[in-house]
Amino acid sequence: MENKPIVTCAGDQNLFTSIYPMLSQQLPKEPMEWRRSYGRAPKMIHLESNFVQFKEELLPKEGNKALLTFPFLHIYWTECCDTEVYKATVKDDITKWQNVLKVHSSVDWLIVVVESDAKKKNKTNILPRTSIVDKIRNDFCNKQSDRCVVLSDPLKDSSRSQESWNAFLTKLRTLLLMSFTKNLGKFEDDMRTLREKRTEPGWSFCEYFMVQEELAFVFEMLQQFEDALVQYDELDALFSQYVVNFGAGDGANWLTFFCQPVRSWNGLILRKPIDMEKRELIQNQEATLLDLRSYLFSRQCTLLIFLQRPWEVSQRALELLHNCVQELKLLEVSVPPGALDCWVFLSCLEVLQRIEGCCDRAQVDANVSHTVGLWSYATEKLKSLGYLCGLVSEKGPNSEDLNRTVDLLAGLGAERPETANTAQSPYKKLKEALSSVEAFEKHYLDLSHATIEMYTNIGRIRSAKLVGKDLAEFYMRKKGPQKAEVYLQGALKTYLAEGWALLITHTRKQLAECQKHLGQIENYLQTSSLLASDDHLTEDERQHFCQEILNFANQQTEGKGQKVILSMHSFAQLKTLHFDPPNAVIHVGGTLSIELTLLSQMPIPVEVDQIAINVHFSIEKNNYRKTAEWLTKHKTSNGIISFLNEVAGFPLSRNNLPALELYEMYERSPSDNSLNTTGIICKNVHMLLRRQESSSSLEMPSGVTLEDGAHTLKCSNFILEPGVNTITFRTQAKEPGTYTLRQLCTSVGKVHFVLPHFYPVVQYDVYSQEPQLKVEPLTDSLLAGIPQKVKFTVTTGHYTMKSGDTLQLSNADAMPFLYHPESKALIYSNTREKVSESSLLIQSSEKITSITLPVAPAYHVIEFDLEVIYLPSTPTTSVESENLVNKELHRKSKEKQKSDNCMATVDQKVTIDCPWSIYSTIIALTFSVPFNAKHSLLSAGKRKYVQVCVQNLSELCFQLSDNNLKNFGNCIDLQLVPLKPESQQHIYSKQSVFFVWELKWTKELPPSLQCQFSVSFCPDTSEEQSFSLKPYTYEFQVENYFTLYNVKAQIFPPLGVEYCKTGSLCSLEVSITRLSDLLDVDKDEALTESDGYCTTKLMYEVVDNSSNWAVCGKSSGVISMPVAAQATHKVHMEVMPLFAGYLPFPDVKLFKYLPHHSAHSMQLDADSWIENDNLSVDKNMDDQADNSSIKSRGSLHSAASGEHKGLPMPRLQSFSPGQVFNSSTSMQILVIPSKDDHVLEVNIT
Amino acid sequence: MAVCIAVIAKENYPLYIQSITTENELKFHYTVHTSLDVVDEKISAMGKALVDQRELYLGLLYPTEDYKVYGYVTNSKVKFVMVADSSNTALRDNEIHSMFQKLHNSYIDVMCNPFYNPGDCIHSRAFDNMVTSMMMQVC
Repeated sequence: MENKPIVTCAGDQNLFTSIYPMLSQQLPKEPMEWRRSYGRAPKMIHLESNFVQFKEELLPKEGNKALLTFPFLHIYWTECCDTEVYKATVKDDITKWQNVLKVHSSVDWLIVVVESDAKKKNKTNILPRTSIVDKIRNDFCNKQSDRCVVLSDPLKDSSRSQESWNAFLTKLRTLLLMSFTKNLGKFEDDMRTLREKRTEPGWSFCEYFMVQEELAFVFEMLQQFEDALVQYDELDALFSQYVVNFGAGDGANWLTFFCQPVRSWNGLILRKPIDMEKRELIQNQEATLLDLRSYLFSRQCTLLIFLQRPWEVSQRALELLHNCVQELKLLEVSVPPGALDCWVFLSCLEVLQRIEGCCDRAQVDANVSHTVGLWSYATEKLKSLGYLCGLVSEKGPNSEDLNRTVDLLAGLGAERPETANTAQSPYKKLKEALSSVEAFEKHYLDLSHATIEMYTNIGRIRSAKLVGKDLAEFYMRKKGPQKAEVYLQGALKTYLAEGWALLITHTRKQLAECQKHLGQIENYLQTSSLLASDDHLTEDERQHFCQEILNFANQQTEGKGQKVILSMHSFAQLKTLHFDPPNAVIHVGGTLSIELTLLSQMPIPVEVDQIAINVHFSIEKNNYRKTAEWLTKHKTSNGIISFLNEVAGFPLSRNNLPALELYEMYERSPSDNSLNTTGIICKNVHMLLRRQESSSSLEMPSGVTLEDGAHTLKCSNFILEPGVNTITFRTQAKEPGTYTLRQLCTSVGKVHFVLPHFYPVVQYDVYSQEPQLKVEPLTDSLLAGIPQKVKFTVTTGHYTMKSGDTLQLSNADAMPFLYHPESKALIYSNTREKVSESSLLIQSSEKITSITLPVAPAYHVIEFDLEVIYLPSTPTTSVESENLVNKELHRKSKEKQKSDNCMATVDQKVTIDCPWSIYSTIIALTFSVPFNAKHSLLSAGKRKYVQVCVQNLSELCFQLSDNNLKNFGNCIDLQLVPLKPESQQHIYSKQSVFFVWELKWTKELPPSLQCQFSVSFCPDTSEEQSFSLKPYTYEFQVENYFTLYNVKAQIFPPLGVEYCKTGSLCSLEVSITRLSDLLDVDKDEALTESDGYCTTKLMYEVVDNSSNWAVCGKSSGVISMPVAAQATHKVHMEVMPLFAGYLPFPDVKLFKYLPHHSAHSMQLDADSWIENDNLSVDKNMDDQADNSSIKSRGSLHSAASGEHKGLPMPRLQSFSPGQVFNSSTSMQILVIPSKDDHVLEVNIT
Repeated sequence: MAVCIAVIAKENYPLYIQSITTENELKFHYTVHTSLDVVDEKISAMGKALVDQRELYLGLLYPTEDYKVYGYVTNSKVKFVMVADSSNTALRDNEIHSMFQKLHNSYIDVMCNPFYNPGDCIHSRAFDNMVTSMMMQVC
């Protein structure tokens, strides 16, 4: 645009011509501030001018609104320096000029007087005081002295001339701006007035348009593009408002003109600054809406590009195009079909090319986001044109299509001259695209690919996919499904990832068609199954797709029937699984039922040939216990396992993401435990940040493979109704092990729907069990001697009890099984349910008891009770052996009693032959002996008694009868007289009963007596005794039972005193009397024989354990005792009572005193176990003797002997308890307290 | 007024989408889905801005020949998308803005429901009524 504001020049043309180059160069050099009216912001402006020679025609006539040709300033140039010349010619000339200006009421003028030194020199007669300038000022500028400027020596390079130039230019600029302000202000006022009249009839938009555009032109001329653009935007808005109002029923007359049918659609023209052709149309009020809009936009575009805002162009262009389409609709303008598409397509490309023309490649690439909308729009429009003109069909356009194409091309008109040479002009492109199917395809694909690429590059994936889908549609129309598939899959993936159900459905529908054309049977069927289960489709559509699957499935196939394997999740969903038995553990041969709840998603009932569960078998023997444990943890008690299914249509990403697991974290300093850092840790970050797997696997049935397992559970020929179905599988367990359900496969004809895995893992276990026999007492422990019940439990395991199967019990003599005819056997199932009851048949022979078991199936339990009795001895066993047994037993019990007071036990074994095994089962039963017996020898002088104590250790009460003591051996002379001849006695639990017999004899007896105590017993509660119980026996030996010595102690108070007193000495007299003559027992080392008299050495000892007495002097001594009846030895000693009261006598003990040389031959007693004991002194002591005292004394003696090891030391040997009779045992003597004893001590013991 | 209103979760799956007629439903779904591209772009463009200074209203996302798509994003990145008919020229930007605010309030009510599980599709009669009223408003 080379328009510049016009400045006229009058006067000396030669002068001006000489100055002009300088002037036009200098004027725009410096900016000038332009203050604006109406509060508009002031602007710095570089002024330029078009200097023309003044002519009267240039001055605008009244009413001419043209601003472009308006002269804003009139300059009169003169060089005159001579007053005469001035007066003669110049003054007149100026006056004439001024008058012309006045006529046209133009006040923007300036007179320039150029002074030059050269001229001055020639004219010497110049009056310096009254210059020409002053004259001119005086003549013309009556009040505006600034209207006359002096320019000194303009062509010289002096400081003075520079100064004068500056002053002149400033003046010029100021005046120019003043003129602009004034004239433009006036123009704007006029324009506004015109605008206000728009409601008046006869007002024309086009006229107004031309006026306001004039203003825009001026601004453009002044390089004020922003202001120019505002003018156009205002026009744009005004027009838009009229259209809107028209739509609202408020129609302006002038607008109807724009509503004429569209006949030309040749698109935007943006290559020229001003499309004069269109402008003329507007000016002549012949423009159509599209013409107006095109023109308006081309102007806006031009200005925006001047403003370096090409991206706004693209944005506005898109708005404009949309807007135009809308406006044409609103105004109900008749548009031939496709015409607008052509217009939009051409316009889009024109805009894009215009932008590309003014930017470099890099800029364009960087701003794709601004232009991609246009690309996309163009693509869309070309597509619709293609469809319209029959260029997308397989067959190509028909005649109707061709006619339409011709019409459309006609509307384009001829190509504009400015693009005629451009190879890729929009016009050429469109024309070519519409010319043939191939060309269209090429152009359409080019555009689409470009658009997709741009969208992809700027990250607008969704938009790219949408264009891709259009492309897919195109390919489908062109019968190129293989190309379409890629785009459809891509789009579907995006929609699946974001869970847009409706879009998924729609795309799948397209994909299904595509796959059908491609013959991808598997994929097609998979998609069909997804669609059939899709509730966004209509029932009919769903049925159609379901039918497609069924048709294929039932299709007869020639050759080998290929299977089609599809994922099951769309076909049906596994909801629950229910095991029976609920714990899913069964024995071999048992029946397991699995009940599946399948939710069929098909819209119609489907006949299923077979549904199979593929089971993985692993031999993990005895693993069922582990799984039972697992079961309690994981399975619901009712055996129902629920499966979670992702809700169809929701993005996997949402469902798959596990919940955030956050934990607090504290980190403390290791030195002082102060808190260093704290935070939150996400423990499952690896799960959350995992790259999301594409969900394509859902669509790809290839991922599903049918496992061929040996173990399958099947269910055949049923109809799967829509909705919930229950299918029950039954299986008989065969091999033991763990069975894991792997796959679920539903076969419909050739089609197999496979659920590739069960999650959570579902398992059932099969176990095998060997038959088992268990025999256990019913009570805690079995007691010997009485009949008690024993429970037999036969776990059949895998063995089936046939009729005639028996348990053969080899009879142990001491333990017969007792048979009650009424005893019953109970049969339980594996789950402890009672199945039946049958009587038990038991046959007993001498050696064998055979129990006929009832018939029972495998994995059942037979239970029955039998009574058993343990009889400690049988008549057939010899006394000797029995003795041994008993001795053993006693010893055992003795030992046990030492540690804890419990019953002696006997293990009895019985061998049982079971029908299922060739090996015998040995069952051990432990019996406890309920009693414990002890004996003791009691003496009264020479009379002897045997006491037997029977202790009941059991929990039961017994009745004792027929107690009897027998003496073995040949002592006929011996008489055992019971002191209490009662026949029956009760013995309660944990209590003892004592029996005493007196030993009576006449002749001399052997030194030891073998005795056997026996007593019959039966439980106190049992009423009848159908069998003879063996009595309890106890054997023992009594030795050294003759009394050899009688020891008698006597304490006498001091002479003359009646009672003993504490603290005073009393005399103790011990008399030891021999009661018998020489006996066998006396024959030991201590015995010395001389002259027919035998003497032995005894040691006495006075011991007071209770510290009642203080023995003064010797408390012990060795005496020599004649071995003859009634030989007496008396010993005196002094004792002092320490307490008052009845004090028991101190003990007097008597020992055999053995000389030292007999150390090695002292083993008189054959009892070896005592010999090993170091209590050698007490070896004949009765067991009843006080243990602790023995020990203490024993250790004392042994310590003494230990100290003098190696030295010949005399030794002491105690007597058997029956050998010494202490006749003063338990005697007491009264001791009175001494008088000066004030303390009374009371001891209560 | 609006012809389609959608609430879209942070993860870009629809929480709620309702259009005025069912015949164009699919097209609206595509439109709304595609508009998410622009929403994402706008969100990432303003990502650096301070939260409290951020304008939730995203303005016109993109126009098509027939429809104008407007966007709004909550601070929790839940997006509201409104499709309006292009021919409805009377619709002003501030009206759209206030409609979005109404929608936001209603959405907050839904969120406040203790029985509503955030992230689930919205099935609320109150919300339905509100949306319907915004679509039914006379132009």
